[in-house]
Amino acid sequence: MNMTLDRRNFIKLVGGASGLALAAGCASTAGLSGPTSGRRVVVVGGGYGGTIAAKYIRMMDSSIEVVLIERNDHFVSCPFSNLYIGGLMKDLSPLTIKYDKLTANHGVKVLQAEVTGVDAAKKVVKTSMGEVTYDRLVLSPGIDFRTEEIKGYDLATTPEVMPHAWKAGPQTVLLRKQLEAMPAGGTVVLSIPLGPFRCPPGPYERTSMIAMYLKEHKPKSKIIVLDANPDIVSKKGLFLKGWKKHYEGIIDYRPAKKVTEINVAKKTVVIEGLEDVHGDVVNLIPPQRAGMIAVAAGVVGPDKNWCPVDPTSFESTIHKGIHVIGDACIAGAMPKSGYSANSEAKACATNIVNAMNGKELVDFSGINTCYSFLSAKEAVEVTGVYKVDKAKNAIIAVPGSVGVSPDLSEVEAIYAESWLKNILTEMST
Amino acid sequence: MTMKWKGWALATGVLAISAMAQAAPATPAMLSNACAGCHGTNGGSAGPSMPSLAGQSKEAIVDAMKKFKSGARPATVMGRLAKAFSDDEITAMGEFFSKQKLHATNQTLDKAKIAKGASLQDSNCGRCHIEDGREGKDDTPAMASQWLPYLQIQMADYLSGKRKMPEKMKEKVDPMSKADLEALLHFYASVK
Repeated sequence: MNMTLDRRNFIKLVGGASGLALAAGCASTAGLSGPTSGRRVVVVGGGYGGTIAAKYIRMMDSSIEVVLIERNDHFVSCPFSNLYIGGLMKDLSPLTIKYDKLTANHGVKVLQAEVTGVDAAKKVVKTSMGEVTYDRLVLSPGIDFRTEEIKGYDLATTPEVMPHAWKAGPQTVLLRKQLEAMPAGGTVVLSIPLGPFRCPPGPYERTSMIAMYLKEHKPKSKIIVLDANPDIVSKKGLFLKGWKKHYEGIIDYRPAKKVTEINVAKKTVVIEGLEDVHGDVVNLIPPQRAGMIAVAAGVVGPDKNWCPVDPTSFESTIHKGIHVIGDACIAGAMPKSGYSANSEAKACATNIVNAMNGKELVDFSGINTCYSFLSAKEAVEVTGVYKVDKAKNAIIAVPGSVGVSPDLSEVEAIYAESWLKNILTEMST
Repeated sequence: MTMKWKGWALATGVLAISAMAQAAPATPAMLSNACAGCHGTNGGSAGPSMPSLAGQSKEAIVDAMKKFKSGARPATVMGRLAKAFSDDEITAMGEFFSKQKLHATNQTLDKAKIAKGASLQDSNCGRCHIEDGREGKDDTPAMASQWLPYLQIQMADYLSGKRKMPEKMKEKVDPMSKADLEALLHFYASVK
């Protein structure tokens, strides 16, 4: 049963000198079934967390073999994708990274494959290209949707009609196309799930960017925001200020409205069986859990949604040898953001390298910095510094470090652009 | 159970990492790596409004962080972030970034302005911004290869009074024309 990787395909994908080195090392063992250096970390997921974990492990100890498994040959950033939806970007190219320089600069071996399962006991990742063994595994799978909580939702067809656009790429493009095709005077419905979800301020930035688009291109249109949460989850005062300043009469924000059922044919959402709301465009963001890979690996906790981890090493408290970072893990006070994933990845990488070398672990110190746009030129941010409270054995915010911009700001928008440039460069070079 | 056994057990994955209950305090690298999402890997910035920290002296970084912390230097995120770190942690980050190689940037700059800036810099700024701005005297920041937009934002803050100039800098900057100052920024951005 021990299917091995097609070596030729793998070499083609990883490319270059390191690919050849791998081939030489594997000549007697066929494919990736055994580690070539004797120490292999497999990283699953090439987004904000996985790219950084893979790169930093190699930067800190180049004797450890790192294989990054990702199903796509590129990654599209969720941060800033709302700006594309609002019409501020021509295409998604400023948000798209590739992995070739992680291979060229750091010797990360990139395997384009779909992960189908993880055998934690045997330390094997099962993929569409074969099995890959590991000494340690880092899962950075992002999120998937609890669509079973919405009656009438079909996983394959509903997102094509009612896009979530909560994973950037084709869904983002579809939502913008729907907005462009909508007649003037139309209604957009945005449904926000109960938290925790990926990117706490994201839905409210989405609201702002869609309202901006409607104001400029679709006179007399409006956006109805159905928020399952009792109130705006993040940066509330700043969003309300921006909405009043720019989008008075365009945004109809309704708190505590949980969508439980949909009628896809009629483009209608139903709130707790009581109230139907119709939209010409329906942006339905379903409730979320850790990515399916984490579910398949058996590292999702008793809440059945997210993965409990040790706050110093991000090692799963369920299966040793598997680490979970980014949106999928429970990182205490840290929000589910791209920057959090970046920080978590570095701490996880540091302590994997320490553990593999028999060295003492190092306390976690992480940062979150997250920008949201309110208009074409104004942004706001939230920041925080995080460490481990040893008595609680959990990540907490350093008191006083969490705060938001004092006001809508054009300078913050300029800094936000550089934030994007730096963090995507970090992930891809 | 000896440390040696634990080391072997961790390396081979026989033992959960969390079994190693006591972790050492965050190292300079742990503290500094968290900054790299905005300031670039090892402090080499790719974003034109964010400064590179790579190659700054420890003193310059400590001075900047303390001024962010006290509010003496205007900031957006840095005021709040700086407050979260102890003086020892700030010194550790200063040491980390001072050991990184100066980050050379490739930017579109005005050749005439670079030449003019080059002729002005030694007599006006060179006593503190030494080695063509590659280094700084005491806590003076290095400016070589910083992004032009970053330098322009800082100069605008100095001229508006939002950021306070050191006395010696004020003496030199006050009589200078805006064109001369702009030329100096082009020069320093061009130095590799």
